[in-house]
Amino acid sequence: MSKNLIPNNPIENPGLPAHTPRQTDLDPKAEKRAERQVASLFMLSAISTVGFIYSYVWVKSDVYTFIPILGDMNVQQLLLGLFMAGGFLFIGIGAIAWARQLMPDSEVIAHRHEFRSSDEDRKEFVETVKTQGAAAGIGRRPLIKRTLGAALGLVGLGPIVLLRDLGPLPGKDLETTSWKAGTRLVTDPGDRPIKASELEVGAVVQTMPELAAGEERTLNNTAKDPVLLIRLRPEDFNLDSERLSWTHEGIIAFSKICSHMGCAVALYEQQTHHLLCPCHQSTFDVTRAAKVIFGPAARPLPQLAITVDSEGYLVAKQPFTEPVGPSFWERNSQ
Amino acid sequence: MSAKETVPAAVANFVDERTGAAKWLKKNLTKVFPDHWSFLLGEIVLYSFIILLATGTFLTFWFDPSSKEVIYNGAYEPLKGLKMSAAYESALHISFDVRGGLLMRQIHHWAAIIFMAGMILHMLRVFFTGAFRKPREFNWVIGIGLLTLGIIEGFLGYSLPDDLLSGTGIRITEAIIQAFPVVGSYLAFFVFGGPFPGESFIPRIYTVHVLLLPGIFLALITAHLMLVWYQKHTQYPGPGRTEKNVVGYPLMPIYMAKAGGFFFVVFGVIALLGAIASINPIWMYGPYTPGQISAGSQPDFYMGWIDGLVRMAPPLETHFLGHTISWNILIPGLIIPGLVFTPMALYPWIESWITGDKREHHLLDRPRNVPNRTAIGAAVMMFFFVALLNGGNDLIATHFNSSINHIMWFARIGIIVLPIITFFVTKRICLSLQRADRELVLHGRETGRLVRLPHGEFVEVHEPLSKEEIWKLTSHEQPGALALPETDVNGVARRGRLVSKLRANWSASNAVQIPKPSALEIEDSKHH
Repeated sequence: MSKNLIPNNPIENPGLPAHTPRQTDLDPKAEKRAERQVASLFMLSAISTVGFIYSYVWVKSDVYTFIPILGDMNVQQLLLGLFMAGGFLFIGIGAIAWARQLMPDSEVIAHRHEFRSSDEDRKEFVETVKTQGAAAGIGRRPLIKRTLGAALGLVGLGPIVLLRDLGPLPGKDLETTSWKAGTRLVTDPGDRPIKASELEVGAVVQTMPELAAGEERTLNNTAKDPVLLIRLRPEDFNLDSERLSWTHEGIIAFSKICSHMGCAVALYEQQTHHLLCPCHQSTFDVTRAAKVIFGPAARPLPQLAITVDSEGYLVAKQPFTEPVGPSFWERNSQ
Repeated sequence: MSAKETVPAAVANFVDERTGAAKWLKKNLTKVFPDHWSFLLGEIVLYSFIILLATGTFLTFWFDPSSKEVIYNGAYEPLKGLKMSAAYESALHISFDVRGGLLMRQIHHWAAIIFMAGMILHMLRVFFTGAFRKPREFNWVIGIGLLTLGIIEGFLGYSLPDDLLSGTGIRITEAIIQAFPVVGSYLAFFVFGGPFPGESFIPRIYTVHVLLLPGIFLALITAHLMLVWYQKHTQYPGPGRTEKNVVGYPLMPIYMAKAGGFFFVVFGVIALLGAIASINPIWMYGPYTPGQISAGSQPDFYMGWIDGLVRMAPPLETHFLGHTISWNILIPGLIIPGLVFTPMALYPWIESWITGDKREHHLLDRPRNVPNRTAIGAAVMMFFFVALLNGGNDLIATHFNSSINHIMWFARIGIIVLPIITFFVTKRICLSLQRADRELVLHGRETGRLVRLPHGEFVEVHEPLSKEEIWKLTSHEQPGALALPETDVNGVARRGRLVSKLRANWSASNAVQIPKPSALEIEDSKHH
């Protein structure tokens, strides 16, 4: 195998260098001084602990102070922390100083043993396994061997099956939202219906579907329903006729849930008409139906077709035509 | 006899008669531990783990792991009257209404950061010095396991308060689970107990965070330490140190005092950080709601590299027969981390396969003396560095006023190119350092003392190295390349010729070294 693994050292191992005594080994005064230093450090720790208890009991817990660089600090929390740090640090520094200055510092040598067992032990081990194994007769009784294998393989399924009730099956949940034809877009927060005339060119509004009386909005709805309304000059759009018919007087609506990993696409650049997701910087071009122009997202944000109802409020013309949010195996993206 | 003498004897007698521990303790109380600053890195990890257990237990006394909606009515004015989860409310309660609660939260979080950073530094030390080699491969694998679990444990921990930032992290995790082909949406619905976000996730990850994973940690750390104890610590090469001995200080009293003292120092430093350095100020983010987000969303650093990979992924999805596969999530989120961590875990065996070295090693390598390994380590570090950098590309863009698109493209190209460049540059640096060592051994140390010779020439006096110093610079091995014949003894082509050729090439590249000075050369140099 390898030809050059024997160490070819130019000189012999010179052995451990001679021990150099420390000041504390030679001078009893230095030794006494070191002893006093260590004791003082331990005393400082004790004083810190007293300070800690004092701060806990007697310092008011709602007083704040401004400290440069650190910012606004709660005085009690700060003092508790500083005294706790002192209580621990001084014990630690004291113990290390004790070890370094006063405990013997000459290095000692211990021997290593090889981990490999002796050939005899290894042989006996194999023999033992063989004879003890033969006593059970597992080699001679293939029927037992096979049925045991099958049983052991199956028994693990029990706990796995038990996990089934962790949650319901997805069904069509990932593919649906609360938006229906005629659902009003209401401001979020505020739950106020919106008239097209309220939006100026360049405006962005976060909206949610209007709730029926008595309905509560859940976080599960909030994870799928948010829609961004953006008003552009109609001539800025670069859409096909179908998508253009989904807009209303320059107002276009997109799902706010990123088609990449589901973050809220919250950054809108008014000048460039770009929507940017703060999580992974996927960038969508509003004028081209939220086409991805940068970043890891692979699909545009789903567009919600909007129009106005008889009272002039903005409503959804139809539900989303594709699932909102991140991709999943069953998603039909054609 | 005074009580001072009789009481310890009585205690020792009581214990020994029931356990027979005296024999074991007699031997092990003087167990020798080598001393080096880099051996403290693993200790930092162990101590921060203990701090995590202690502060974490304190936090559980008030934390309510529930997604039930409540109206906030605590001490923090700006959030009063807001709807939020009970988890977030109780985290605010700990921060503002429990005396020392904020301190404990911040110590817990800082300890987690130091736990992870310490593990990474400890792993780098073990890697670059070759401490993972036989017989310590098990401990290397356990270490990789701890690192992986640490990433998960840390992520679950900062997800628990259910603030706007951590909720966004959970949302991204849900998208990764959902991206699994075939079973993704089922898995996501099982994990979350229904559609995202649901009310099950926080209580479920709470059990995993405070019971399941810490239990596994305890078991793995125990095994890790028992192996260190049994196999004895490695040591750096030096005079008096050999493969057959271990040189250092006895456990009692020196190592006990130093290591015990160091525990208090680590706790003290983390407490100091918790006191003065604000971390994860959850009250600034507000409660989680999926419709909102804060700009500059960043995970903790040990997750940042995965986020950076996800950010730089190309927008690839496959659509076929009504199904979707999100390569833009699967590749950076699952496939690349797997491709990085698996070879990392197997590295001890990969290296010994390439070098053909199956012997035990207890003396550490100086990184320069193993150029290929050092270069591989540096290249992998560069890979993680570029990924991490891109995980903060939005902050870099806003702080340094640069284009986020440029940073992303730099990362996309750099993640492939920079590790390769790093490999070759590091290897050259290692060889240069070997050359410098050789130079030093043969010509001694420059003293800066200039002497004018009788005939007017100026020379600098070089001081020869001591025997100890020469030993330090020359006692390492320089493995040769493996000789792997392409045909066997009968002249028939060996099977797996391509693999064998690859191995021979790697082994040859591994054997590129600057020759150590020989005894003759050293002797010769003395007469100059």
